Amino acid sequence: MAKRTVIANGRVVDPAQGLDEVRSVVLEGEVVKDLLKRPPSKADTLVDARGMLVTPGFIDLHVHLREPGHEYKEDVASGAMAAVAGGFTTIVSMPNTDPVNDSPTVTELILDRARRARLCRVLPAGAVTVGLKGEALAEMGLLAQAGCVIFTDDGKPVMSASVMRRALEYAKGLGLAVMVHEEDLTLSKGGAMHEGEHSTTLGLKGIPSAAEDVMVVRDIALLETTGGHLHVAHLSTEGAARAVRAAKKRKLKVTCEVTPHHFSLTDEAVASYDTSTKMAPPLRASADRKALLKALRDGTVDAIATDHAPHSAVEKDLEYPAAANGVVGLETAAALTLKLVLEGELPLLRAIELLTSGPAGVLGLETGTLLPGRPADLTIVDLDEAWDVDPKRFYSKSRNTPFAGWRLQGRVKSTWVAGRKVYQDRGGAA
Amino acid sequence: MGTRNALIRHVLGIGELNLSQVETILKTARVFKEILSRPVKKVPTLRGRLAVNLFFEPSTRTRTSFEVAGKMLSADVINFSGSSSSLTKGETLMDTAKNLEAMHPDVVVVRSHAAGVPWMLARNLGCAVVNAGDGLHEHPSQALLDALTLQDAFGSAGEPGSLRGKRIVIVGDITHSRVAGSNLRLLPMLGAKVRVVGPPTMIPLGMRQAFPGIEVSHQLDGAFEDADAVMMLRIQKERIAEPLFPTDREYSRLFGLGLARAERLKKDAVVLHPGPINRGVELDPRVADGPASVILDQVENGVAVRMALLYLTAGHDNDPERLGAES
Repeated sequence: MAKRTVIANGRVVDPAQGLDEVRSVVLEGEVVKDLLKRPPSKADTLVDARGMLVTPGFIDLHVHLREPGHEYKEDVASGAMAAVAGGFTTIVSMPNTDPVNDSPTVTELILDRARRARLCRVLPAGAVTVGLKGEALAEMGLLAQAGCVIFTDDGKPVMSASVMRRALEYAKGLGLAVMVHEEDLTLSKGGAMHEGEHSTTLGLKGIPSAAEDVMVVRDIALLETTGGHLHVAHLSTEGAARAVRAAKKRKLKVTCEVTPHHFSLTDEAVASYDTSTKMAPPLRASADRKALLKALRDGTVDAIATDHAPHSAVEKDLEYPAAANGVVGLETAAALTLKLVLEGELPLLRAIELLTSGPAGVLGLETGTLLPGRPADLTIVDLDEAWDVDPKRFYSKSRNTPFAGWRLQGRVKSTWVAGRKVYQDRGGAA
Repeated sequence: MGTRNALIRHVLGIGELNLSQVETILKTARVFKEILSRPVKKVPTLRGRLAVNLFFEPSTRTRTSFEVAGKMLSADVINFSGSSSSLTKGETLMDTAKNLEAMHPDVVVVRSHAAGVPWMLARNLGCAVVNAGDGLHEHPSQALLDALTLQDAFGSAGEPGSLRGKRIVIVGDITHSRVAGSNLRLLPMLGAKVRVVGPPTMIPLGMRQAFPGIEVSHQLDGAFEDADAVMMLRIQKERIAEPLFPTDREYSRLFGLGLARAERLKKDAVVLHPGPINRGVELDPRVADGPASVILDQVENGVAVRMALLYLTAGHDNDPERLGAES
């Protein structure tokens, strides 16, 4: 008989079932067996989760694992370790590796590395176009067969509207979504931060919100022509949120994600020219942040995704405009999301939805809930535990975070994938 | 003089200086200006000190001005030109900084295409850092020399006048001008009323929030006639990648200071330009060389201001109060 693990007496929050109650989760083998009001007497392993939050394992739609090609920043194993330490049991790996994941061979390599790491589920995203160049379509069908779950040119927009149209149409035939980085390059060219008050004060060339807005509006218009599924990555502006909300009202299949750094920070954070605040899209104005919080509350946003983008000092210890874009996020995302709950910006159930059933819904995954019969992926969090963000303690190989030194509340205590504990917080030195 | 709160470690931007520090700099510059007018200009003040001009971006005027300033003070001055982007050599800015550090300079004067570089160096170097222009951000020594020039223009019989209540109009590409960036901070600090004029393509989106006290106009006519000083900015064609205006002809008709417009200036109004001038575009040569022009005073004051900056940062154990006696 399969091994039986009982996670007893935790506060089980499972948005897919609308559940927020003290329950004991029974895992049998790789699946959830039951959610009981009282712990059963028999268990091979008993975990006392009294006072803890027990949720479906978190799902991150947007992670850069840097393997193959840039293993000095991260590799599949180190990224997966950072993921489980952050409570993530499924991560979607972006294709801007070297070589680009535009061929099944690269997809297979990533999946092989993930199997060997035996930590979280790694779902590769395939490129939309060959070499992320925005010209010829990648072999999307073969990529899908190899295990890709979504297509994206990742940090690059598909600037040609006709290529984007064909990509949406073709992906529709495969039943998969196209994830888009929305940036009109003619508007953002040379920009290092959001264009507005602070770019003026700091003398850095700005990227206007319109660089994102016009592309979101364009792609929604294309989606009306093609059908299919458009997923907007790291949405950051008020205008883009408004466009997605309106498209959803018209029943178009548009989904979107927002990152913890965009809902936690504004362009004011660039003040010291600290390159860990440099990212694409850039940190936006305070009105944008407010609009993102509203969109997180009202259902416009489907998922919180980290856009975990590890970089070494070689790419970051540079002049602000020359520094690479991106921040690491896997190990701070949950606590930054819970910060919104503690500040009254987001109900707990909704916050957990954005980390679990929300992203699962974008990809049509069967995880993201603790319904009996589903994969036993779960995360245990101590909501009361406060901790200081110390990048030196990250499992990620990179330390590029603007949250260093922040005191956050809510600590991931253990992470379970397919019924197996893959991470245990040891307190103190993580 | 409030010497205590006027201590100056670095000169990174006008935004980092308080009024007392600005007054100290301008007052010190006046002393040096007097020295420059003597037959023997060189003073031993910074003998044995090393000043490094670290220029990541080509600049003859500013570099020469800092070089002359250092030499007048008897400092050893070396010029170190980085490539326009340190990345191209595979060397990071921090590598360059560490290499400089090993030479034990007393002050590094830095010019960079990237905003913020002086701040990054100040965090990583043990010596003083003076900003000689960073990206689109600040050019503090230029604004200080402009202020010195305006004090001269507004004064009488060799006495410096005040900028308080004076109307100063800055014309041109405000967005891409670090000269404007520093002047928009300094001139209001000294009590001047500042108006910027340019097409909307040359006024930053965040202007009103970033500089709430500054008036904005998109037409030169009706916006310069009440000025006590008009500061014409250089059209930086080499840095403009997008179309900010249709043609030089249109720009000079709409935003240039030609003879006819110059005649409508107030009687004692002065005209400034940070140079080099695109003659005939932003400024008619006859105005640039005419009676209202103080452009060459700006150049002369530039040396005096930079001497003051080097003296106050690299010679920080010197007492500014004793400067006159020492020379």
